Amino acid sequence: MTGLGNNPGVPAAVSGRTRGGWIVPVLLPAINLALALLLSAVVVLLIGESPARALRLLASGAFGNAEAIGYTLYYATNFIFTGLAVAVAFHGGLFNIGAEGQAYIGGLAVALLCLGGGGWPTALVIAAAVVAAAAGGAAWAFVPAWLQAKRGSHVVITTIMFNFIASAIMTHLLVNVLIKPGQQSPETREFAPSTWMPQLHDLARSIGWEVGRSPVNLSLLLALGAGGLVWLYLWHTRWGYALRALGHNETAAIYGGIQPARTVIAAMTISGALAGLMSLNEVMGVQHRLLLNFLGGAGYVGIAVALMGRNHPVGIVIAAVLFGALYQGGSELSFDMPKLTRDMVVVIQGLIILVCGALEHALRAPLDALFSRPAQASAQR
Amino acid sequence: MSESLLVLALLAAATARGAAPLVLAALGGLFAERSGIVDIGLEGKMLVSAFAAAATAAVTGSAWVGLAAGIASAVLVGLVHGFACITHHGNQVVSGMALNITISGLTVVLGYAWFHEGGQTPLLGPGARFAPIQLPGTSALGQVPGLGLIYREVLSGHNVLVYIAAVAVPVVAWIVYRTRFGLRLRAVGESPGAVDTAGISVSAVRYCALVASGVLCGLSGAYLSIAHNASFIRDMSAGKGYLALAALIFGQWRPLPTLVACLLFAFADVVQARLQGTPLPLVGVVPVQLIQAIPYVLTVLLLAGFVGRAVAPRAIGVPYVKER
Repeated sequence: MTGLGNNPGVPAAVSGRTRGGWIVPVLLPAINLALALLLSAVVVLLIGESPARALRLLASGAFGNAEAIGYTLYYATNFIFTGLAVAVAFHGGLFNIGAEGQAYIGGLAVALLCLGGGGWPTALVIAAAVVAAAAGGAAWAFVPAWLQAKRGSHVVITTIMFNFIASAIMTHLLVNVLIKPGQQSPETREFAPSTWMPQLHDLARSIGWEVGRSPVNLSLLLALGAGGLVWLYLWHTRWGYALRALGHNETAAIYGGIQPARTVIAAMTISGALAGLMSLNEVMGVQHRLLLNFLGGAGYVGIAVALMGRNHPVGIVIAAVLFGALYQGGSELSFDMPKLTRDMVVVIQGLIILVCGALEHALRAPLDALFSRPAQASAQR
Repeated sequence: MSESLLVLALLAAATARGAAPLVLAALGGLFAERSGIVDIGLEGKMLVSAFAAAATAAVTGSAWVGLAAGIASAVLVGLVHGFACITHHGNQVVSGMALNITISGLTVVLGYAWFHEGGQTPLLGPGARFAPIQLPGTSALGQVPGLGLIYREVLSGHNVLVYIAAVAVPVVAWIVYRTRFGLRLRAVGESPGAVDTAGISVSAVRYCALVASGVLCGLSGAYLSIAHNASFIRDMSAGKGYLALAALIFGQWRPLPTLVACLLFAFADVVQARLQGTPLPLVGVVPVQLIQAIPYVLTVLLLAGFVGRAVAPRAIGVPYVKER
């Protein structure tokens, strides 16, 4: 295999089961988060603001009232999808950096459907949009997957390149082809309201429950459903078993009769489909038109979410809500502390990837040693 | 005739200016990747250096102090990468990505807080940036027909970092292929176990490689903010680090082919800037965005073995764990 070595992608987070039970899944992420926040606090201090006050403002901005919670969940919806996408690939020892590009192409598919399906019943549009978004993302992930499986080009590099290619294609389409005639900004016309994803506050009102207006929409439920399906796929199907086996030990998996090429292609395609679904929330649920760079880096947040959630759907949902809170609280924070821009959230996100992903061995070894010593001692007795 | 020759000369000069940051960053990546460390962090190291160089140059008023600060910041980021990947056997791609994301946020946050210009650094005065250098005898030799034009328009009139980039290619080639360190570097990237057996520290060689990568990325980032432009703007590297990585792969991890790849990518960029809206024979108007995608498509095709074959250093991406 050419590229970046045989199987560099498997973070130990995948092979999470070790002694200690709750230590790795619960304590380690908590320590990781604390460490990342501590490093961020240093940055806040450097700027000359109080980290404690910043954290308080951030928390109240994210969870202070129903509207804030709605915004937090709206951001979280994006991150559940992209986090699941990155996690599925991680389980096979693959690092999908291309969630950004895959979601972009998924968004293109959704937008074309909504522009064309103006007269259709909403339920049909939603069903078709789910298929379109997944297909768009899957197609954009299939090519790097096929190239890795059959031609040996490494998926990390090709997905990075595919992000740039997707961005070039989308800019071209929005600037030259899909742009609404007679306007300057590169975006499509607004979709017909019948193709909009239903808002959760509207759905709640229809069953007699008044909640504040927010952009959170039906996509959140779809994201949770996708999480359930990913759980079934990974731990309760033979394909999921094949993928995890491949991620743990490629040689053993091949010896056991698992076909790596087919498994890699299937996993990357599923990963791309999940990334593509993210566009349902942004394009169909909130913007109601196709914009340039509508993703806002959600594909990269997915990496942090997957690492923090230890590649398990439950962990990913929790981590996604946490990042949703960071994004929502971060924009509120910048109103009260003008010196702290929203980019602070990007810093925290990067630090979390560093601490949870790159430095995981540094933290994990001492923890394992700390908690395994009493167990060994009692075994000897 | 002389008209079109002048256009060609200007295109060549613009290509050299566009290629310089790519060459510097790609050569930096060459050190890291030849030692077996994946260097996705080229992008982040360029960006952090661009910021540190512009911020320091703005405060001190000296381009050279700015350059030193840029290099120092990029080396520091490289050392963090080394701490995660060499000392703690962390995943190199994850670490590189983490650093890129952290830096893309941090440069804006600090720039906004320190300079209050929406994430930009103040515009640099003449002394605080590297000005174009007229090579000796330009006015005299420039009058010679043909060659004089090339000397005046293509070779002369760049800033010092462009010349450093040009010199860096043979120097890096010499270090990698003709020195003891270069031999060890290549050996560590192919077979770290053998190097360890010979009594040489794998970690030390890899840390040295990351420092070298940091220095070159520092030069590259400083080029963006205090030579080519006169201030730092957010996300200034704009994917150039990834483009340099693509050029490195396209050049098959060798200095001279990497230079050719950088020139090719820069030329594609110059051509698309020049072609905006101009119809070409046979194909009509080619959308500029699609020309911009050419380097990435070429790299994918190369990696897939459709145009040549890219064979990476054997031990790349694999942390070296010494046997106990």
